[in-house]
Amino acid sequence: MDWMKILSAVLIIAFIIYIWPRAKYWLNNSPKAEAGDWQAALLPIGFVVLFVIVLIMLV
Amino acid sequence: MNRLDISTVRSQESILSTNKLIKNTYMLLSGTLIWSALMAVVSMAIAPPPMVSLIASFGALGLLWFVLPRTANSASGLLWVFVITGMLGFGLGPTLNYYVALPNGPQLIATAFGGTGIIFLGLSGYALTTKRDFSFMGGFIFAGMLVVMIASLAGLFLNMPALHLAISAAVILLMSAYLLFETSQMVNGGQTNYIMTTIGLYLAILNIFTSLLHLLGALGGDD
Repeated sequence: MDWMKILSAVLIIAFIIYIWPRAKYWLNNSPKAEAGDWQAALLPIGFVVLFVIVLIMLV
Repeated sequence: MNRLDISTVRSQESILSTNKLIKNTYMLLSGTLIWSALMAVVSMAIAPPPMVSLIASFGALGLLWFVLPRTANSASGLLWVFVITGMLGFGLGPTLNYYVALPNGPQLIATAFGGTGIIFLGLSGYALTTKRDFSFMGGFIFAGMLVVMIASLAGLFLNMPALHLAISAAVILLMSAYLLFETSQMVNGGQTNYIMTTIGLYLAILNIFTSLLHLLGALGGDD
């Protein structure tokens, strides 16, 4: 249905406008990562990726 | 009272207020998740048209945008959190009915539900125990969200199933990072309002659930 797509597009654009100020704030004010910070974040996210792959193989 | 005593009292106050924030957030989150699940079950029973999901999302966005920021510091904020999560739960009904109708649909929903729970508990437990400050990921997460939304916008008009799968995978990764970010904000004092923290965590959980369900439905099983 085209009108559903158009309304969905309006919703996504509204979400973009909604998060834009917060995105702008964090893009400008994020503290710099210290040594080991990214590793500490990527390790659990890596486990999430492996976990999702296992779930896909299970179903 | 010397300088050391004052700083000790301050740090104890800070620990107490952080513990209170964590307790209030997880209690409210549990309540909203149960309420949302109930509304999803009601919606599945009523079987409204798919348009309802869109209307619920519009309504929830309007309340998130214009009402919640004004009420988050008062008791009425609690009411609005339940209205928002109830609407979003109700909006899940048509999606869940679609998956229930598939041959292995109930298994897919149960797996996505359990998987989301394990991801949330694992990441929250990790962020709470390490007490590391993940606020350095803020820019990366929000830039990623914008990219995913623009890709979703393109995906609406392009018939590319692979793009939809890539978006779902990216949403799971971004929302997982957001769970770490928001939990560390709560632990390290970046966020002090439990209503706003709860709604952030709730939206991350909801997005992980729907994206995981989409991935499992598309990639899992033989049919």
